[in-house]
Order: sequence, then C-alpha cells, then structure tokens
Amino acid sequence: MNAAPPLIAYAHVGKSFNGGRLKAVDDVSLDVAEGEFLAIVGGSGSGKTTLLRLANRLIDADEGQITVEGEDVRAVDPVRLRRRIGYVFQSGGLFPHMTVADNVGITPKLLGTPAAEISTRVDELLDLVRLNDGEHRDRLPHELSGGQRQRVGVARALAARPRIVLMDEPFGALDPLTRSGLGEDYRALHDKLGLTTVMITHDMAEAILLADRVAVMRSGKLLALGTPAELADNHDAYVGELLDTPRRQAERLKERLPPDDAA
Amino acid sequence: MNLFSDPRWAEALSHLPDYLGNHVRVSVTALGLGLAVSLPLALLARNRPLLRGALLGLASVVQTVPGLALLALFYPLLLALAELSLSWFGFDFSAFGFLPAVLALALYSMLPVLRNTITGLRGVDPAILEAAQGVGMTPWQSLFSVELPLALPVMMAGIRTAAVWVIGTATLSTPIGQTSLGNYIFAGLQTQNWVSVLFGCAAAAILALAVDQLLALIESGLRIRSRLRAALGALGIAALIAATLVPTMARPRSSYVVGAKTFAEQYVLAALIAQRLQAAGLSATSREGLGSNVIYDALVSGDIDVYVDYSGTLWANQFHHSDILPRETLLAELKTILAQKKITLLGSLGFENAYALVMPRKRAEQLGIHSISDLAAQSGSMSMAADYEFFSRPEWAGIQKTYGLKFRSQRQMQPDFMYAAAASGEVDVIAGYTSDGLIAKYDLVTLDDDRHAIPPYDAIVLLAPKRADDGALRAALQPLLGRIDIATMRAANLRAAGGNAESSPSEVARWLWGRISKRN
Repeated sequence: MNAAPPLIAYAHVGKSFNGGRLKAVDDVSLDVAEGEFLAIVGGSGSGKTTLLRLANRLIDADEGQITVEGEDVRAVDPVRLRRRIGYVFQSGGLFPHMTVADNVGITPKLLGTPAAEISTRVDELLDLVRLNDGEHRDRLPHELSGGQRQRVGVARALAARPRIVLMDEPFGALDPLTRSGLGEDYRALHDKLGLTTVMITHDMAEAILLADRVAVMRSGKLLALGTPAELADNHDAYVGELLDTPRRQAERLKERLPPDDAA
Repeated sequence: MNLFSDPRWAEALSHLPDYLGNHVRVSVTALGLGLAVSLPLALLARNRPLLRGALLGLASVVQTVPGLALLALFYPLLLALAELSLSWFGFDFSAFGFLPAVLALALYSMLPVLRNTITGLRGVDPAILEAAQGVGMTPWQSLFSVELPLALPVMMAGIRTAAVWVIGTATLSTPIGQTSLGNYIFAGLQTQNWVSVLFGCAAAAILALAVDQLLALIESGLRIRSRLRAALGALGIAALIAATLVPTMARPRSSYVVGAKTFAEQYVLAALIAQRLQAAGLSATSREGLGSNVIYDALVSGDIDVYVDYSGTLWANQFHHSDILPRETLLAELKTILAQKKITLLGSLGFENAYALVMPRKRAEQLGIHSISDLAAQSGSMSMAADYEFFSRPEWAGIQKTYGLKFRSQRQMQPDFMYAAAASGEVDVIAGYTSDGLIAKYDLVTLDDDRHAIPPYDAIVLLAPKRADDGALRAALQPLLGRIDIATMRAANLRAAGGNAESSPSEVARWLWGRISKRN
C-alpha cells in the first residue's frame, strides 16, 4: 500500500481564522492512499471539518501543500476540483427547491452531460443507494425522511463518478438504526466502486466500525493516525479516552445481550 | 334614484381608455426601470454591509418624501438637465409629463425591491450555499440556480409591494403633466364631482389588485415550476399593457393641447377652449390639473399649446415683481416680457380672478361700507378669515399698509367654508376670489379697492412659442376675448361647484359658450 502514491496528501498544512487568532489546523501532514477509507475523529473545534474542506478548496490553506490525485490543489481551478470530488454534507445539504432527481444529477449537469444520460445515471444511482422504488425520483427533499435524504446526498456525491468522496459527519443527525444501516451500505459502495473516502465523525465507534484507518485530531493537531488496532496501542491519554467509550459499550452489550443462538 | 343612472358615470367612463392607458404605461415603465436598477444593486450590495446600509438608507429616505413632492421635484431637475443637454450636446428633451413621472416612480419603487431582494438572498441557509459550492457551482451558477430561486418568494413579495405603490402613487403624476387615473381624482376634487373621484380611486385600486394578482400567479408558477401559471400571469400582464395601448394608438394624435391648472375655473376654461378649437375643425385635448409653475414651463417648452393664466400671478410669481401697476399698464408690460420669451399674450377674457375683501351684502349696506377705505375705519371691532396662504402673501402686506387695516382677530380657513362662514356671520370679512361663484350664491359683496393696493389678476390667454403665427388657432379663440365678464364667470364657477350632472367642466363650458355667443 505504501508503494502507490497517495491520492490525497497533506504536507505541513496550516489554516487560521480571525486574522490568525484561531489556529484551526496546525502543521498537519497526512496521506490518504487510493482505495482507503479514512475516518477523522475529534471533538467540536478540533479542526477536522476544516481539514476536510481544504481538500476540495472550500477553504484555502495558509501554509503547507495539499495534493489531490498528484496535483497541487492551488494549481487547479477550485470549481473543476470540486466537480471531480464527491462531497456529502452534514444533514444532506440538498437543494430544497429541486427534486431528488435534479439534486442527484446536478454535478453531471454542471459538467454539461446530456439530459438523457443524466436521467439514466440518476436511476442507476438511486438504485445504488437503494432508493429504487421509483417513487422518490420526483419528490422534493422535505418529503423524505432523514435517512432517505442522506442516501440522496450520497447518490449526488457519486453522480459524476468521482474517485474521491469527502463526507462531513454524514450520518450524525440520524437515529442509531438508520445510521448503522447507512454506514454499512456506504462501506459496501466504497469497496464495490473502489472509492477513496475521507469521513469526519465525532463517534469513535462509527469510525472503528467503518474505516481502514482513523485519524484523531485535537486543537488543530493530528494527534494519532492508524488502524483501530494500532490506535489501541497508542498511549496518548486523549486517544485512550476516545477508545474507552466504545470499549465499555461493547463489554456492556456483550454482558447484557445474550448471543443470538442462545435464544 | 339609481346611483349609476347619474350621467357623470358615463362621462367618467368615456375618459377611461385615455387615463387608464397612460396610467398603465407610466406605471409599467417606472416599475420596469425600478427593477432594472434595484435588482443588480441588491445583488451587488448583498454581501457588502457598507453599500447595503447606504442603499437601504437612501431608499428609505426617498420613501419618506411625500409622493407628490417627489414627483414635483423631478420636474425642475429635468428642466435644468434638458437645458444642460441642449447647451452641451445640442438636443433637449421634454421635462414634462412622462419622463419625470417615470423617474420619480421608479425611485419610489426601489425600497421594497431592494429590501426584499437583499433579505431574501441573505436568508438562504449558509449550508445550502456551501452545498452549491461543494457540488461544483460557480458563483453565478449558485446565484441563478440556488440563491435566486430560494429567495424568489420574498423577492416577489417586494416586487408586488412596489407594483401596488407605483400604481397608487402614479395618480399623483397628474400635476406634472402626465395623464393618469389621477386626472379623475384631481378634477373631481376641484369641481366637487365625487363620482369622478370615486371612479378614479376605484379604477386605480382595481388596476393595482389585478397587477398584484397577476404577479402572484407568475410567482406561484415559478415556485412550483408550472410553466402554464407563469405563462398565464405574463400573458395577463402583456394583455393589460396591449389593451391599454391599442385605443390610444388608434386615436388620432391631437394637434392642440390645452393646459389647465388645478381649480374648477381652469377646468371650465380649458374645456371651453378645447370646444372652440374643435368647433373650428381643429383637434384638441386637454392636460388638466397642472401645477402653477409647471404649466408656464410646459407652455414655454411647447408641451402644451394654450392656457389661461392671470396677469398678477405671472407678474409676481413668475417674474418676481412686487410693484403694483394699473390693470392696462400691467398687461402691456407683461405682453412685452412674454414676447421676449416668444410667448403670445393673445388677450384677456374680460374678467379678473383676484383676491378681494368680501362681506355679506346686507351687513355692508347697514354699516355703509362700499370700499376697503370704509372698512378700515371700522375694522378694529371686526374679525377676518382667509385661505392658508393669504396672510403671508405680499398682497396682504400691501393692503394692510395702504389702508391701515387692523382686525380684532384673523383666522385661516379652508376656502370652501370661508364663504359660508361670512354668510352666517361667523366672521365679518373674508379674503375671497373675485370670480368665485359662491360670492353670488351667499349674497356677498366685494369691497372696492379704491386705493389700488391689490394687483390686477386679469384672465389672459397665452400661446406657446410654436403657435405664435398660427392663424387658425387665433381665429378660433378670438370670439372668447373680452367676452367673459365677472358675473358670467361667477355663474359658471357656481355651476361647476354644483356637484351634479350639469356641473362637469365640459357641460359648464357649453353653457358658458351659450351665454357668450348670445351676446354676439
């Protein structure tokens, strides 16, 4: 895996707000390999969202260098960059005045894809995110449930066949059942389509369950990076604290829930 | 009696194509211009707090200027601009009527459009804006396919408010020479023709409601993406414009325009002149309800061809003289001054509409008062009333000084009520207008100005520079000159104030002509 060049690479990246008073991202270096599913975990204000947005230039970095598919992002037109990177927003970010089909087809439309082709692609995508019963196509976002909206958000991010998908707490606002179902469905898509995914979450359990590697951020700095097993060996107190909760939950669950076959 | 059997409804209805057509044209043009300026400004200002504050502040200030004043201010402004343009670029334009009305109304329409557009655009959820950026929209794509559609309901509410305001305020463009539904209201107020006032108000209200509903239809069409609705709304607006354009287009362009100021006598005289021109086979229309200063400038620039003014008014207000000359001398002087401005003073009609001190006839006889000198001896125990401006006019200062008048009390009053107050003895003396029909109605008498302190106010016919050598026009108006004595004009004015079917200006003008021509 180390031999292939990284698809996204951050090198000593820094970003401050409020005229330098607030250091949101502080000297972060991080490589994301092709095909990898990376989760970034941290509390609010840890800089994880800023770090994600730097990759498609929703925010521009002050220091360091970011490369996407081998190109320095500063050398690329930001609009074109965003059209080739899928982005899933917190609670969907769907356009409320557009139907599900128009939302999903927006990026291909911006790229000038013919209408008939977009229509086929929309069906394909709705199928992919399992909204394939045909009745959702012409609905407006407010007519959908939270989980359905997020599925549309995923379909929209995938519409222009990106190699990279960035996800900003995509499942955060959903009920636990929908959330885990959607997470697993997305992970399956990631594997099936050979995507490279960076997902932000504040939920360590979700990160461990879905991601190949987990990055832990705190106060703008990258505190730890590794597979769940590698993180377990980390001796940092904050990382330990983050891992503690899912560990305890897992133990409690094991205690209280008898195994299936015992029933 | 059936309310609608009154012939004044038919009379009002006959003006509708002209008034409504002009009203729609001036409103739609103003609204179009207002939108064309406000929408880009709102887009420009939405993310610039300083510009936004300045624009909204300015638009609010404009809104606090009364509509009538705003319209009136544009007239001298454009007049000055027209002169500048003539001296710099060699062409001028008419500062009368359409242009000042459109500009003032457009300015008036800006606040609701600016405010609602900015509010609507700023109200779009930042998360949605970020999503637009995230899916790869350029700022323009984001504006047109996300921000504007989402802001549309709020924007349209502003546009609808602006449309209703503009249509309502356009009724005030009558005094600056733009024909509108306001003609009904201004003429009706002056001649106490409440049918006309009501008709004008109702027509303006219905027009405003119709446009508002059509805009609402377009809005809902855009919102629910129904091409049919949007198209129906647009079609409705287009049909409205077309319907009001057609009759005016079909009508022959009249060659002579007769001007009239804002009071009943002027409406009657303008109707009389128009009727004389038509009788001579010349086509004529009238532009009524023009402000005193507007009407003279309109004559100079040729926007109107003929109107009746008063010698003392021109002398004092237009040419700023304060000395009081005898009647004939003043007329001769005025003729010379006007000739320098290429305006023809065709002649006087025969009566004066001057300020006069007026008393009940019986009381004056009892006290032996025939002149102001007689009055001066007894004024210390008397009370006096006048209109709102009289006591601050130079005429009053002159009268007081000349005769040494000193009243026990002075009060200001609505002119309509003044005569009745004198007749009932509530006040002893009033400053009335010599040609007012109410003097005869209430059996009042005007006191003789024996020491000539009141300037003469002969009614005179003025012709525009371009009509100076117009033989047909002169010939048609010749029979009016010197023929209308004060008693006849008072009787005519009294009829015009009658508030019934025979009191429309054109009816009174016909009656007046009947009286004049009999004496030939």
